[in-house]
Amino acid sequence: MTDTISPFVGGIVGTPRLRKEDPALLTGESRFIDDLQLPGALWIALVRSPYAHARIGAIDASAALAVDGVVAVYTGADLEGDWAGPLPCAWPVTDDMKNPAHLPLAVGKANFAGDGVAVVVATSRYAAADGVEGVVVDYEPLEAVVDVRDAASDRLVIHEDCGTNVAYDWELTPDPDGVAAAFENAVHHVTETYVHQRLIPAPMETRGVAVVPAPHNGDMTLYSSTQIPHVLKVMAALTLGVPEQKLRVVAPSVGGGFGCKLNVYAEELVCMTLANRHGVPVRWTETRTEAATATIQGRAQRQTIELAADADGKLTGVRATLLADMGAYLQLVAPGVPLLGAFLYHGLYDVPVYSFTCRSVFTNLTPTDAYRGAGRPEATYAIERAMDALAVAVGVGQDEIRSRNFIPTEKFPYDSPAGLIFDSGNYQPTLDRAKELMDWDGRRAEQAERRAAGSTMHLGLGISSYVEMCGLAPSRTLAALNYGAGGWESATVRILPTCKVQVVTGATPHGQGHETSWSMIVADQLGVDPDDVEVLHSDTAISPLGMDTYGSRSLSVGGTALWMATEKVIHKARAIAAHMLEANADDLDFAGGTFTVKGSPDKEVPLAAVAFGAFTAHDLPDGMEPNLEAQVTWDPGNFVFPFGTHIAVVEVDEETGAVELIDYAAVDDCGNQINPMIVEGQLHGGIVQGVAQALWEEAIYDADGQLRSANLADYLVPSAAECIDMKLDHTVTPSPTNPMGVKGVGEAGTIASTPAVMNAVVDALRPMGITDVRMPASPMTVRRAIEAAGGSS
Amino acid sequence: MIPAAVDYVRADSAEAAIAALVEHGDEAKLLAGGQSLVPLMRLRLATPTVLVDVGRATDLVGISVEGDTVSIGALTTHSTLEHSAELAAACPLLAHVASLVGDPAVRHRGTLGGSLAHADPASDLPAAVLALGGTLVVAGPGGTREVAATDFFTGFLESVLAVDEVLTEVRVPVSTGGWSYQKFNRRAQDWAIVGVVVAEGGAGVSLVNMASTPIRATAVEAALAGGASATDAAASAADGTEPPTDNQADGPYREHLARVLTARALTAAGI
Amino acid sequence: MEVSVIVNGTGRSADVEPRTLLVHYLRDDLGLTGTNIGCDTSSCGACTVLVDGRSAKSCTLLAAQVDGAEVTTIEGLATADGLHPMQQAFHECHALQCGYCTPGMVMAAVSLVDEYDDLDAAGVRVGLEGNLCRCTGYQNIVRAVLAASE
Repeated sequence: MTDTISPFVGGIVGTPRLRKEDPALLTGESRFIDDLQLPGALWIALVRSPYAHARIGAIDASAALAVDGVVAVYTGADLEGDWAGPLPCAWPVTDDMKNPAHLPLAVGKANFAGDGVAVVVATSRYAAADGVEGVVVDYEPLEAVVDVRDAASDRLVIHEDCGTNVAYDWELTPDPDGVAAAFENAVHHVTETYVHQRLIPAPMETRGVAVVPAPHNGDMTLYSSTQIPHVLKVMAALTLGVPEQKLRVVAPSVGGGFGCKLNVYAEELVCMTLANRHGVPVRWTETRTEAATATIQGRAQRQTIELAADADGKLTGVRATLLADMGAYLQLVAPGVPLLGAFLYHGLYDVPVYSFTCRSVFTNLTPTDAYRGAGRPEATYAIERAMDALAVAVGVGQDEIRSRNFIPTEKFPYDSPAGLIFDSGNYQPTLDRAKELMDWDGRRAEQAERRAAGSTMHLGLGISSYVEMCGLAPSRTLAALNYGAGGWESATVRILPTCKVQVVTGATPHGQGHETSWSMIVADQLGVDPDDVEVLHSDTAISPLGMDTYGSRSLSVGGTALWMATEKVIHKARAIAAHMLEANADDLDFAGGTFTVKGSPDKEVPLAAVAFGAFTAHDLPDGMEPNLEAQVTWDPGNFVFPFGTHIAVVEVDEETGAVELIDYAAVDDCGNQINPMIVEGQLHGGIVQGVAQALWEEAIYDADGQLRSANLADYLVPSAAECIDMKLDHTVTPSPTNPMGVKGVGEAGTIASTPAVMNAVVDALRPMGITDVRMPASPMTVRRAIEAAGGSS
Repeated sequence: MIPAAVDYVRADSAEAAIAALVEHGDEAKLLAGGQSLVPLMRLRLATPTVLVDVGRATDLVGISVEGDTVSIGALTTHSTLEHSAELAAACPLLAHVASLVGDPAVRHRGTLGGSLAHADPASDLPAAVLALGGTLVVAGPGGTREVAATDFFTGFLESVLAVDEVLTEVRVPVSTGGWSYQKFNRRAQDWAIVGVVVAEGGAGVSLVNMASTPIRATAVEAALAGGASATDAAASAADGTEPPTDNQADGPYREHLARVLTARALTAAGI
Repeated sequence: MEVSVIVNGTGRSADVEPRTLLVHYLRDDLGLTGTNIGCDTSSCGACTVLVDGRSAKSCTLLAAQVDGAEVTTIEGLATADGLHPMQQAFHECHALQCGYCTPGMVMAAVSLVDEYDDLDAAGVRVGLEGNLCRCTGYQNIVRAVLAASE
């Protein structure tokens, strides 16, 4: 284990603590979006294109309007004048990026199956659903573009006004000559192509919206099951042309997001405009089937990675090219998703030169965008799969090839060949410990025994070492990448007269346990009970400043803002305490919630007395404002770079092709941990989500662009029965990027686990000559690979 | 998603159900546990006009063993089959197959008769009753008739049940000879991609999801009867099948699975 | 039609369309919003309640089907003395994150430990096959159910 350097001395941070969020969630007391009671609300349901690509002709709503309870039906054309602009894309990664107009309801042409073309307004959810059945749309189906290579060929251009299906080309090659030379001189040159299938994020709560208007004073409250109430407020105001100061956005309890609720969606704007038109609350709850097509999907990339290495397998260059599927339109941050991986295709290996290019294209499929890891799982997958190929080429073990190439600890902070500065790292111990947890040598011996015995149940071992960049993000770096917003976060700490504490955070939780972790940080600093700290969030009327939760940013950015705000409050309290004790502020110690005069421990004043004194303001130092409150907005100077090594063991049934995950070990380093219990929980869930990409999940489209896995019976989110207990451990390498020394952990598990599992699957099959299996490694896919390799019948 | 509007009639006995079906004709649909029908209604893939809810017909619930025959009321739930000591003794195969249907919540509501009447080739219990050589008792306005399980299934989600008939009872022989059920799927809760049932030492072998109905693997049965080894018999498991193609498997892969799983099932059954 | 049930020990009644799903009856007509809806296909178990003491998916039942039955929802588990042992175990084992699957998962788990004796980890995993969670990876859920079953 690495030495820990932590600013926390209160004994609370760093120890497991049960979550204060739990009782409400465990008893049904929490209010998710569909739980809101809004008397008189109208329900909407969308009429969605059944075709992936079709001209929209006449729309006959007469049968719908005859349904009992249906109040109105609006087509895309009916509402076209309501929009001040199309749905926003906030990340125009290049100046010449093509961004076709994306209206909340399509006008003229539907560009994916699920594109909204009309909306039914009714007095109940049942009537709204009935109304949809009564809307007859005259579609003229067009040929659909479903394959990224077909899209890139421009054989059929989807958005005529763009003139091409290519949204943008983006390149990062700091030293082109160096890259060319590296490949020219390479002893080993590995070229691998991998496909990341489309994934459906599938948080257990689908999306939902409720808009409550106040027609006479012009206020409007938008309730949405969103990760980003703050961003949504700005975007909704712009898109609808409503005054931002009149708009309040509230995210109630949110049942998971995984990136898919990091967006601005048609239904939010449709509910807003209809609430305006009808002057009453308007609400919508997504069905699971809609969630499969009308909510963004993830991954959807085709990648080629090349490694140049010397005779010992030491990397001398890495070159990656992507073809990324944006889907039918550009969603909020979709163009930037490949860029979030663009810097990491050399993984955690010390490489002198580097090249990355990406072409992103439109297809007639559901738009893609950020999904847990966003770009970094794809990058990690490419390098980690390719490292196994390199190990084979060089003739060394998967562990050895990694050890030879890890960035040496003494090189940190590390100037990466892609232009980043990796803040801190110590990689080898995570590999060593993961091998120990897994009994690597024992498992290898077991594998050899089975092979020698001619068993048809093959063992496979797969390693994935990863580093990722998270804690989005330095605003200046985002500017350099053309992102349309900053990466700061805001926090307010307020000590109430009775010495209870209110914390306001701009990071919007949806399952991560911010209330618990944030109260632990503040309690540790102030020397109060965490139960005396209330964390307020997710409502722009309470928390007006924020950049919300995604990209494993909440703790390293929002938590840091909180830590600094608390320090600021302590600074002020110290001045008041010094005044009360008639001492010099510099002569005071603060520990356990009490100020004492250095050298005179009997001269002390508790924080409670200071707080009450700050409230009464009867005797404050001259010029000091009453009350103990501080707000800090923090813009990080760098990303943070968590890392680790995961090892998966799978058993492949040669006869059926079935793959079973039978063992899993993970050693992660996210710097200092606030609540180790929550860290483990994030890893558990993240790992399973990544395993799911490897083994089960896929948005399966047919040649017409129809989704064939549009519900949870066909889209295989795993249950407990398919999953196993994982063995976790960690190392601690504090980040120098922030004063708490923390890094993110929300996406790490997902980033690491997919390649670990796929490396294990290929490891099991390699003696048959199999070098790749496409994801997900379904029984039929694996069996076909075995048959193609001449395996048993 | 939300079912289309429907009328509802409660029928608390087989007799009352038949009367309701006679009254409402082919607009009506019998509702037992609803574990297959209600999801189809939510997706509006089923839009009956009248539901005849026979769920409280207690005269159709129960398991009894007399002589060589196990008689099971059509409304007996999968869960009851799963936990019945009597069934475990008389026909352990059926109790075991019932324990693998859906998930516990589905098994608490889903019924044997409902599963058979739904006639889904991907379901577990129809194939089990088929392999066991079961008999189905069907009641209609003209009285009752007995239908061999081999004659019951006529097509995808179709059976010999007339619109005014109710499946009241399922009879299977007492069967304690070697048995196995090999259910192959990717998630425990899912339908079988392919399943193979071996009953009574190989006297009955049936296949799940290998045709538009659950089917007997007659070639395997004949081979075994002719003294073939398990391995040789299993090689003919896909003979005469017409397996469907879906997300999980195409026809040739299903045929391959049928052979592999049949070999495993025969081995597990001690053959 | 009038549908009457005993919910969490109290007789309740509402006039609903025959097609009304039990979960909508509970949520929209009786105001018991603790039971969630997660899918359209009876796959996820978020809507699990107890009907006459055994788990059932309330999105896969019509309210009419349970007329006269006893229904227990997540709101009926905790008492004035505190959380139900299963809820407490979920809390202590960190078996929930976003909490959306939790009411259904807890109800399924309560039914499971009542139905099956001597559950081990494998039994818990298979027993919860019909309840999906996207956050926890299930490891702590399994731990919680085992803890509560002791």
